Amino acid sequence: YVSSSNAGGSVSGNGRHSSPAGCGGSGGGLSGGLTQPAGWQSLLSFTILFLAWLAGFSSRLFAVIRFESIIHEFDPWFNYRSTHHLSTNGFYEFLNWFDERAWYPLGRIVGGTVYPGLMVTAGLIHYILNLLHVTVHIRDVCVFLAPVFSGLTAVSTFLLTRELWNQGAGLLAACFIAIVPGYISRSVAGSFDNEGIAIFALQFTYYLWVKSVKTGSVFWTIGCCLSYFYMVSAWGGYVFIINLIPLHVFVLLLMQRFSRRLYIAYSTFYIVGLVLSMQIPFVGFQPIRTSEHMAAAGVFALLQAYAFLQYLKDRLTRQEFQTLFFLGVSLAAGVVFLTLTKPSLPPLLRYAKIHIPIIASVSEHQPTTWVSFFFDLHILVCTFPAGLWFCIKNINDERVFVALYAISAVYFAGVMVRLMLTLTPVVCMLSAIAFSSVFEHYLGDDMKRENPIKQHPFYPVKNSSVYSKLIVTMLMLMLLMMFAVHCTWVTSNAYSSPSVVLASYNHDGSRNILDDFREAYYWLRQNTDEHARVMSWWDYGYQIAGMANRTTLVDNNTWNNSHIALVGKAMSSNESAAYEIMKSLDVDYVLIIFGGVIGYSGDDINKFLWMVRIAEGEHPKDIRESDYFTPQGEFRVDKAGSPTLLNCLMYKMSYYRFGEMQLDFRTPPGFDRTRNAEIGNKDIRLKHLEEAFTSEHWLVRIYRVKKQENRQALDHKLRNIAAKQKYTSKKVLPSRFH
Amino acid sequence: MSNSVFSVISRFVEEYRSSTPNKLKMIDAYLLYILLTGVFQFLYCVLVGTFPFNSFLSGFISCVGSFILAVCLRIQINPQNKRDFLTVSPERAFADFLFAHTVLHLVVVNFVG
Repeated sequence: YVSSSNAGGSVSGNGRHSSPAGCGGSGGGLSGGLTQPAGWQSLLSFTILFLAWLAGFSSRLFAVIRFESIIHEFDPWFNYRSTHHLSTNGFYEFLNWFDERAWYPLGRIVGGTVYPGLMVTAGLIHYILNLLHVTVHIRDVCVFLAPVFSGLTAVSTFLLTRELWNQGAGLLAACFIAIVPGYISRSVAGSFDNEGIAIFALQFTYYLWVKSVKTGSVFWTIGCCLSYFYMVSAWGGYVFIINLIPLHVFVLLLMQRFSRRLYIAYSTFYIVGLVLSMQIPFVGFQPIRTSEHMAAAGVFALLQAYAFLQYLKDRLTRQEFQTLFFLGVSLAAGVVFLTLTKPSLPPLLRYAKIHIPIIASVSEHQPTTWVSFFFDLHILVCTFPAGLWFCIKNINDERVFVALYAISAVYFAGVMVRLMLTLTPVVCMLSAIAFSSVFEHYLGDDMKRENPIKQHPFYPVKNSSVYSKLIVTMLMLMLLMMFAVHCTWVTSNAYSSPSVVLASYNHDGSRNILDDFREAYYWLRQNTDEHARVMSWWDYGYQIAGMANRTTLVDNNTWNNSHIALVGKAMSSNESAAYEIMKSLDVDYVLIIFGGVIGYSGDDINKFLWMVRIAEGEHPKDIRESDYFTPQGEFRVDKAGSPTLLNCLMYKMSYYRFGEMQLDFRTPPGFDRTRNAEIGNKDIRLKHLEEAFTSEHWLVRIYRVKKQENRQALDHKLRNIAAKQKYTSKKVLPSRFH
Repeated sequence: MSNSVFSVISRFVEEYRSSTPNKLKMIDAYLLYILLTGVFQFLYCVLVGTFPFNSFLSGFISCVGSFILAVCLRIQINPQNKRDFLTVSPERAFADFLFAHTVLHLVVVNFVG
């Protein structure tokens, strides 16, 4: 696949790993000691891919080195708990698991509401390693799964880019995707989440698709279907594949690039992929019912019709074909008219809806800013349009695919920050193509190109002087080195925080670790009854279930909005109304996060307005958002705050006994460092709750819900003695009348 | 108009009978059989109802899948299409056909329930 005249240029295209001087001669100059340049080429490729894997793995280990091997964030805790359940109880127990310790009293059907690919992959690796008597704990498998799979992603990106362009571009792409921050953000060690394996499955599926379109062999197509099945089991983003591939086929049809290989590839992929995707319980019958999958079905039908028409056209004369064509079109029009269905909303706009508070409140669903693009992709975002241009200029079937992939990924990345992840692989590929073309042009051997057998297709071959070649090469190398430095810096500073453990640095450089979360969760685990029920906001549900092993009311799955609204209502009402709700839900403990002592800005008072909004959505008569603001429209926790806010349960729980606490001599007691205000209600008394635990820096506060007393104490009213009649005393003073 | 349609169809059938090799005719007969099986399954579903839906789907998709795979095989072994398939010899095409059928039927059997 790589001709010998390009060997020098494309191998040295990976300029970061070899000096520019030794490049052009590697094809010819070493021929004295070399009998097989192809052998050296594959050795070099293998070494580079291995180094890319190693680099990707190592740069994801910052959190493990700085803290410990721990599961990060929120969602990975649920994945870890499920994987633990799988490894202890077996596969069928996992597939049929009904979890009654979540969403009390409703429970959750885990088998049918989860993408099992991640758990099964981790469970399988754990099983195989233990079978070989390498006793690894399941937690370590889960923590290190994503870095290992990042190496596999680099390899599959190499394969895909090699199919699209050439080997040098492939190696560059592998190196880019190994360290690019956009992908690292979701696949650090400890981030045990679907995206860690899904991006690998995505790239591998696309590679097999491109291969099957190029060769037209059913073998590659079935491989693509099996990889697609793995992707469906791993991530909900499989919808991207099942829409991009039909779009590719459709655009090829429009460009009159229909070929029999395309027909074979897509028809086989659609049918076998359809039946494979329905094996996942969570997906079920969606592929033939929902609008997101209709494009694939439509293109399948269109392709059959088109192929049949092509077949007829080859066999009949023009007039005969025309008569049959009119008959066919009228039949088709009749069928379409009979099955006209209601137009359904474009599927992915659903995710961009800003009107549903629970979707809008997730920080990952906010629109992307320009800063995020540069932060996550650095120079790749500048060079990727150049790569796109090269692909379009030199079009063939595969490059149409990558162009469509790029355009759709750019659109989606602009809508939601979370979808930056789908943009990252294609940006790496196209930038690699751009860099590879530049290096090829400026580092290629001029001697071989003076009598070219074929002209380079799109730039004129001129004898650039040594100086211009040197300058351009040095500039490109500098850019790549700055990219590597930036990636490492971003990974180290922005994406390596476990968020379960907080760290702050003093001015002498020493580190202060705040381990309040785990302290509180372990207190819960060791000091409460096994069947105790803990109420908290949904953010912490998975962590409580994973670390404290207690039943929770709502968690990050957020599948039942009414239940979450009930919890929000309890948090926003006054204590008596909240007590009624807590009694009806059998709540034993309430857990809140309070950041006022250390200035932690992710606490529950800062999230409070979302609780109010969600509660208002379900109980508009009881909760009104405007009640919690001052008459001027401000949200204040000090004396000027609204009385509804100052008396609600969340406020009372957060600031209980805080009025007695003076953090330092400059500020009054009860000074909230996060809101920078002195709190309004300093002597808070709780009637139905009692404080059970407060962590070291007051980050986590746990309250016990008191049982109802046997006899209700009557509220004493002051006796009102109404004077009915005025009595004057008949006693007369004796001295007067004597 | 109907005259010309009939004449077109009869000419097409005549040309088909004379010019297609026997191997392809065998595959075409197989295709017709699969088509009839699929049509009967669909009629049954329309008449009797869709319960259990996964069984109907798995049977129907098995028919459609076998049809498509046989069409792919027919395309790949047709000597007129040789220049489209430089890496796929007729033997390889048949081997791929068997492999694809293994995967398809394993999934179908799992899905039938």
